[in-house]
Amino acid sequence: MSARVYLPRDVGALAVGADEVAQALTTAAQRRGVSLEIIRTGSRGLFWLEPMLEVATSEGRVAYGPAEASDADALLDAILAGGGPHKLRLGPTEAIPFLKRQTRLTFARCGIIDPLSLADYRAAGGYRGLERALSMGPAAIVEAVVQSGLRGRGGAGFPTGIKWRTTREAVGQPKYIVCNADEGDSGTYADRMIMEGDPFCLIEGMTIAAIAVGAAKGFIYIRSEYPHAIATMEAAIATARADGCLGANVAGSGHAFDIEIRVGAGAYVCGEETALLDSLEGKRGMVRAKPPLPAHRGLFGRPTVVNNVISLASVPTILSEGADYYRDFGMGRSRGTMPIQLAGNVRYGGLFETAFGVTLGDLVDDIGGGTASGRPVRAVQVGGPLGAYFPRALFDTPFDYEAFTARDGLIGHGGVVVFDDTVDMAHQARFAMEFCAIESCGKCTPCRIGSTRGVEVIDRIVRGERSEANLALLEDLCSTLKFGSLCALGGFTPYPVMSAVRHFPEDFGARVGAVSA
Amino acid sequence: MPAWQEARARQIIDRHRTVEGPALVILQALQREFEFIPDEAVVLVADALNLTRAEVHGIVTFYHDFRREPAGRHVLKLCRAEACQARGGEHLAAHGQSRLGVSWGGTTADGGVTLEPVFCLGLCASGPAAMLDGRPVARLDEARLDRLLDEVSS
Repeated sequence: MSARVYLPRDVGALAVGADEVAQALTTAAQRRGVSLEIIRTGSRGLFWLEPMLEVATSEGRVAYGPAEASDADALLDAILAGGGPHKLRLGPTEAIPFLKRQTRLTFARCGIIDPLSLADYRAAGGYRGLERALSMGPAAIVEAVVQSGLRGRGGAGFPTGIKWRTTREAVGQPKYIVCNADEGDSGTYADRMIMEGDPFCLIEGMTIAAIAVGAAKGFIYIRSEYPHAIATMEAAIATARADGCLGANVAGSGHAFDIEIRVGAGAYVCGEETALLDSLEGKRGMVRAKPPLPAHRGLFGRPTVVNNVISLASVPTILSEGADYYRDFGMGRSRGTMPIQLAGNVRYGGLFETAFGVTLGDLVDDIGGGTASGRPVRAVQVGGPLGAYFPRALFDTPFDYEAFTARDGLIGHGGVVVFDDTVDMAHQARFAMEFCAIESCGKCTPCRIGSTRGVEVIDRIVRGERSEANLALLEDLCSTLKFGSLCALGGFTPYPVMSAVRHFPEDFGARVGAVSA
Repeated sequence: MPAWQEARARQIIDRHRTVEGPALVILQALQREFEFIPDEAVVLVADALNLTRAEVHGIVTFYHDFRREPAGRHVLKLCRAEACQARGGEHLAAHGQSRLGVSWGGTTADGGVTLEPVFCLGLCASGPAAMLDGRPVARLDEARLDRLLDEVSS
């Protein structure tokens, strides 16, 4: 007898025992003398079900999870029965509502293929985007990306095609493609998942960018907190090189392009594109003033495209399916799909790729199923540590760059962190200031000093010392940070702080009153 | 951990000095070898790259990953970021600190475990999360953390 199963090698599965499950299944199969092929994939992104095992059947894959090593024998029965009954059986994977409701363009292959098999990647549509790009030529590639409406998925939301056009038109060689894989925002893991689950997709996206702007060298700057993503990307780059997809003559096109991985060293601010460039140059990760734009003078003073992982990984689909196909998803000026990451105290935590426009309430209550603790949802932080806290009253906000801006928030890199009613919002505001103080690069005084003063002011408010005067001081300080900082670290720390004050005042000045009432 | 050897350090520097923007790459390679960046290393790197010692010191102290002294035999990085906070990360951290008898950055008296904060491991849907000697662990609670610490202290 023989059977084939799929089990993720994504860190989100490893951290909850996927390797132990694989080992137990192998042992059980050996004991029974049956042949069991375990293909390690990326994650489908249904993290509450990890480790999620999938069995190949004649009707497609059938899922089981969350699996434990102690389930191995009974799971093997179900596997050998061709997807038979078991208490952890979830049914056909594609029919799981959390997956079925998604529109997976960028994550189409993630969790399905062996991430390091170039043959699997090609069989699942990989490298069709590059093929199309090569037939179009550089100028038409740039226009396709402009037409797709793709905006930077790292957080800033700047049109990717415009960046490419500016870099393409910039004078000076060499030019560089820099992929920002310094995914430091709490509540986000989309970059990590694609690097671990579909690394060739990122390589293909970077290659298309390189051909579009005339670059021969690319860097991926990956944070050191992601050792598994680093290892997978290193292996994928070596395979792509050996196969001629990278190197002196990319896919026989005559274009030269190669990629080097650089590893971060634990500085959050290096996720800011100019600090990242300084770090790539081997320096302290200090933010640079703009202009000059990186597109004109970026890495080593040369024209440079700096794009987030997901922006680049979205490009192959845009090229293979066409700009219109991608642009027809979404709303307003937010086109295409966004891999939204549900995180924190949420029942169904995971990656949900969908067209822009879904409301925050649908994401949290319906798709996310409310809190994991079963208590009421009180606050949701959207867009990482620099994103605003949203109360239930704003759950009608659609997931869209402009709609979030209009409500003094940001979608950032698409992280949604859910908190239940035990959260102390003054404590969260204090943490935002503390984090800014820890991670400030030190260039701008409001960020470097103001963040520490902010912690002190919040402490005074919480102690009830001249609360009103100190709340006014906090607002003034936040305004100074917002307008007196070069980058988003100092500039956006006011979002979590002021949203906490504005939407949850009872946790600040009114604290004493609320208790005595 | 290999003790500091100047000749070995010079080899490492030479191997990486030709990459574009080499300082960070070299320092990371030195820390991989020696597990921290001793003062002697700062001097060598400065000389090799024609930088001042102050500049190299500036790089080393800017990045949280670099250590100026050896860590314990095991390193536990506990996530302090918001998604893990939302699932009780701060209580877990307090438990870990009291059990180990150290605060952030501290090493237990027997040199067994160094406790470090980390701001996000990308395990935000399965928090609280941690990394023990490079091994990711998630869905932690006090009991599971205790079991992990028992493993490394036995």
